[in-house]
Amino acid sequence: MPDQLLKVENLGVRFPLKNRSIFGKKSYLYAVDNISFEINRGETLAIVGESGSGKTTAALAAARLVDAYTGKITLENINLLEIKKETLRKARNKIQFIFQDPYSSLNPRLRAEEIVKEPLNSLTKFSASKKQKLVNELFEAVGLRPEQQRLFPHQFSGGQRQRIGVARALATQPDLIICDEPVSALDVAVQAQILNLLRKLQEEYGLTYLFISHDLGVVQHMSDQIAVMYMGKIVEYADRLSLFNNPLHPYTAALLSAIPSIDQKRREKTKRILIPGDPPDPINPPIGCRFANRCPVAREICYQKEPQLNEIKNGHKVACHLVDKKAKSPLENFK
Amino acid sequence: MIDPLLSVRNLRIELTTRDGVAPVIDDFSFDLFPGEAISFVGESGCGKSMTALGIMGLLPEGVGKIASGSISFSGEDLSTVSDKRMRSIRGNEISMIFQEPMTSLNPIYTIGEQIAEVLRAHQGLSQKAAWVKAIELLDAVRIPNPQSRISDYPFQMSGGQRQRVMIAIALACEPKILIADEPTTALDVTVQAQIFDLLNDLRKKTGTAIILITHDMGAVAEMAERMIVMYAGRKAEEGPVQQVIDNARHPYTQGLISCVPHVQEILTSERQTLQEVPGIVPSLRDFGKDKCLFASRCNSVSEKCKNERPPEIDCSNSQRAACWHMGGF
Repeated sequence: MPDQLLKVENLGVRFPLKNRSIFGKKSYLYAVDNISFEINRGETLAIVGESGSGKTTAALAAARLVDAYTGKITLENINLLEIKKETLRKARNKIQFIFQDPYSSLNPRLRAEEIVKEPLNSLTKFSASKKQKLVNELFEAVGLRPEQQRLFPHQFSGGQRQRIGVARALATQPDLIICDEPVSALDVAVQAQILNLLRKLQEEYGLTYLFISHDLGVVQHMSDQIAVMYMGKIVEYADRLSLFNNPLHPYTAALLSAIPSIDQKRREKTKRILIPGDPPDPINPPIGCRFANRCPVAREICYQKEPQLNEIKNGHKVACHLVDKKAKSPLENFK
Repeated sequence: MIDPLLSVRNLRIELTTRDGVAPVIDDFSFDLFPGEAISFVGESGCGKSMTALGIMGLLPEGVGKIASGSISFSGEDLSTVSDKRMRSIRGNEISMIFQEPMTSLNPIYTIGEQIAEVLRAHQGLSQKAAWVKAIELLDAVRIPNPQSRISDYPFQMSGGQRQRVMIAIALACEPKILIADEPTTALDVTVQAQIFDLLNDLRKKTGTAIILITHDMGAVAEMAERMIVMYAGRKAEEGPVQQVIDNARHPYTQGLISCVPHVQEILTSERQTLQEVPGIVPSLRDFGKDKCLFASRCNSVSEKCKNERPPEIDCSNSQRAACWHMGGF
């Protein structure tokens, strides 16, 4: 039985909108709308989606860095949404973040060792010598040299800075590390260094990742489970192989077919499913399926009724009216 | 044999920095044939955009200049023509789109005014005629409902739509060459697919040659017939796209290909091993030195690499590479 670390149920995050009338009812933008997911210890769940799909907001909410208005987040039997501020602060060392931009996520006035030591200072009561020992170990674990501890962020390259970010996230020995687009700000040739490092650390320390990315190539490399988000909803949720080899939701299929590939065979075989236009206005989302207006196979029902995320087989879940129990993609007849 | 449309020979572009003068482009040559799509690939700081700016006559004034070499376009050397002549070539014959569709449009003019401006300046159309043509162009780049969208301001459009407007402006005068500098890097994958599809279609219709600048091998494979891999201002490798991907001769090209996880036809539970390219692009101070500039990051480096610049050598089937250990690593 896999050991479940994080369970998120019916999570919702909304942001209040400015109202024209002071008497008007308050209106909201629902950035994350009723999503559920879980992560087993030692595994990686990737959330993919395009900009504005709510993937980062979902991750921030899971760490309670933005407030959810509804839902339940259980990390090792603690409901993170119910606990008080002080308890939350203590729980913070269980969840750490690796941010997208290593240029702006490191304090330019602190030395590398101080940056890595910060979470230890604020979240633990370790002695100075123990902290220093940990920092030494962390620097070695992420592949930085001991003498680099004394340098400032600007003296490092982008890849090295992201290594500092990784070391900082590891400092408190968290149960869960949320990686928000950890390589998308890096040069291509450097991305491999960070991806390999994250995988190596996962193997060595049994880390659990919530991995946020828009890059499907990176996602298939890093993940065990994948959730695809579109306009604040999870539209498909499956293990890595099922999702890539048998995408069921038309949006997932379109997303996969849009990836430019160096594999000539794949290019010849994959028919590109072009989805026209842009996502609808998130302030007034459509009543039915949110993807209906761009979907090549949408029917009447898709515009009227919102599809629920249903399990089709072996944990493969999809929110589409047109997927039948045989787990056949609705696009099959379309092609 | 068709004559090349654009023929760059031994181009050297120098930048003046605080540390002195550095060649950001060093002895760079290539040909572009009519209607062809080629791609410049490499990391940031390898001189891809500088080459494009050099061709467009848009090098930062006072800082960058073409020190030697020639850029011949239909018999004219663009490195020596007058500013006035260059202005008429730019936009008319060669145009360019940039990475940031958010910042390359003027926020205080409607997109119609911005497209019409190009037509009036370059083709001498009247206000009215330019407006009509602008609507046609918006339609050609597949903006729905062009009649009403033409009066929109840039902020009213999404990133993908803005990039379409940029393409409409660039193609307004039916140029012979379109330089696309990372045109989809700031966009989502599904939008990127739309833009690639559009560019390919327009190329078929108008016969415009395209130079695509990118760091994404997938985009190269999707869009171009020939690629030129650049490293530190020099050509590392050149050849037909699929041939280079299948059989790269320069270790940098190999690194670029195998350092990112690619989506394969069928995914298996086995994960690819990503090859790391250690280190980073050398600083400008090292550019132009008489050695292989990739040596410090290369796994198969030898003494020779550190002391002599490798010449470009023809391998096979119009593939060329500049490496002392070609095939031997």
